[in-house]
Amino acid sequence: MDIELQRVGFSYAAGTPFEKRALYEVDFKIDSGTYQAIIGHTGSGKSTVLQHFNGLLKPTEGQVDIGDYRITAGKKAKNLKEVRQYVGIVFQFPEHQLFEETVLKDIMFGPLNFGVSKEDAEARARELITLVGLPTEVLEKSPFDLSGGQMRRVAIAGVLAMKPDVIVLDEPTAGLDPRGQKEIMDMFYTLHKEEGLTTILVTHSMEDAARYADDIIIMHDGKNVLRGTPRDIFADAATLRGYRLEPPRIVRFQEKVEKLLGHPLDTVCLTEEELAKSVAKHLPKERGK
Amino acid sequence: MTEILALNHVTFAYPSEDPTPRNAVEDVSFSVNEGEWIAIVGHNGSGKSTIAKLMNGLLYPQQGDVRFMRDVLSDENLWDVRSQMGMVFQNPDNQFVGATVQDDVAFALENNGIPYEVMVERVHEALAQVKMEDFLDHEPHHLSGGQKQRVAIAGALALRPKLLILDEATSMLDPQGRMEVLQTVQQLRAETGLTVISITHDLEEAILADRLLFMNGGKKFATGTPNEIFALGDELIELGLDLPFAMKLSRLLKAEGVALNGQNMTEEELVNDLWTSNFNA
Repeated sequence: MDIELQRVGFSYAAGTPFEKRALYEVDFKIDSGTYQAIIGHTGSGKSTVLQHFNGLLKPTEGQVDIGDYRITAGKKAKNLKEVRQYVGIVFQFPEHQLFEETVLKDIMFGPLNFGVSKEDAEARARELITLVGLPTEVLEKSPFDLSGGQMRRVAIAGVLAMKPDVIVLDEPTAGLDPRGQKEIMDMFYTLHKEEGLTTILVTHSMEDAARYADDIIIMHDGKNVLRGTPRDIFADAATLRGYRLEPPRIVRFQEKVEKLLGHPLDTVCLTEEELAKSVAKHLPKERGK
Repeated sequence: MTEILALNHVTFAYPSEDPTPRNAVEDVSFSVNEGEWIAIVGHNGSGKSTIAKLMNGLLYPQQGDVRFMRDVLSDENLWDVRSQMGMVFQNPDNQFVGATVQDDVAFALENNGIPYEVMVERVHEALAQVKMEDFLDHEPHHLSGGQKQRVAIAGALALRPKLLILDEATSMLDPQGRMEVLQTVQQLRAETGLTVISITHDLEEAILADRLLFMNGGKKFATGTPNEIFALGDELIELGLDLPFAMKLSRLLKAEGVALNGQNMTEEELVNDLWTSNFNA
């Protein structure tokens, strides 16, 4: 399902004395099946943009196409409920939205609301709990007896239970320990590949954008200002810094290595593994060891 | 060396319907001396947040005791102890009470009955220490995450605490905010010799500490300098942590046959090592 924003402008509290402009002429298309990263400094508008992907916010200017649905500024939107079934958003700290008595009921809540039968909803929940890496015993427990990392997984299962075509992730690993971060990001990547999802990652982690995304959009002062593959985007550190963003640590370290070598490496390395290989190739051969 | 805080064989379990509940903290002992920076590290659920709550008397141990300046923490001295212990929590938005930055920093002083003139002086001094003195009349919710946490630190400093506890205080910040906060703490330590306990799973933050307390499954797994703890290597990874960036890269470089001498905790060390091991024969 493609998502296309055309000249989208948005103001909070539009038409009141408290009006605050958040987006200006945002214009981009995210193709079906892409792993898209959206990055930007705090206050760049990235969280406002993400709420346009399933009609939680309606543009005050321009239009948003979500598959065949069109949301146009100033017109009443129809069938938004359907749109929200296709586009699932995992908000920051999604575990704050857990509320049911048991994990099973919590995961089933969404599908039941959309008219899925009880049997099907339960079957889905049982399937998903394994998929998000939790033992099935957890289903009978209260979500509030789980650890923070487990609660996050339950909340994610609740979003996946809607079988969305597009999944939007807003800082999905905030507050998790390093292993939890890697497990969650790897899980979304596997889902992305195996289920053919469109994945939109909104983050300030340049490392995650470099490692997982096919394509990066940079937001700055309420506009989309730059777009490209991670390699292209991170090759130009000066431009990034102009948008108050730092390239990933690995790229900054490459700058230091290149200074030491006195010449650039063949390409911008996006992972530690890549950089290690490239440096090994460029260093003088070991001296008589 | 003056001991500021000590845990002696502390065991704690949360109330549970389970007849044999798991101890959230089990037989943990360690002490913090004046002027030290101690980092308590461990994965989610390792018991580090429970330790934070035991340190400031939000929870009391079922076995063992917690001592502040050699006095056992109890209901009698709790308020006195807390006034000497500044705490900064994870979520910058949950700890503001004042309508302006200076009101917020003054809040704890008012509660402690500090005279107005002294209060004004302390608020200015504390905000200057975290480089937020230009924001006196700003509304806290309009600040960036890093700025909010610096104001929260100023609020703690205004009481002139013996000890500053950072409970995952940087984990919700963007990279820039995290850097701002850590630089502020480093600078405070250099200028005032403040004692700091940071509870974190950010390894780059842990490297800055003098000593680490590494928690696993509610127990003390290891203590030592960052160098000693990170030398544990794969064990750290198995227990849900990771290696600092420069160490991870050093290992990958060695695996590719690049000559290196040390384990290189920081980028500077790694760059120097690359230079001396490969160019400076």
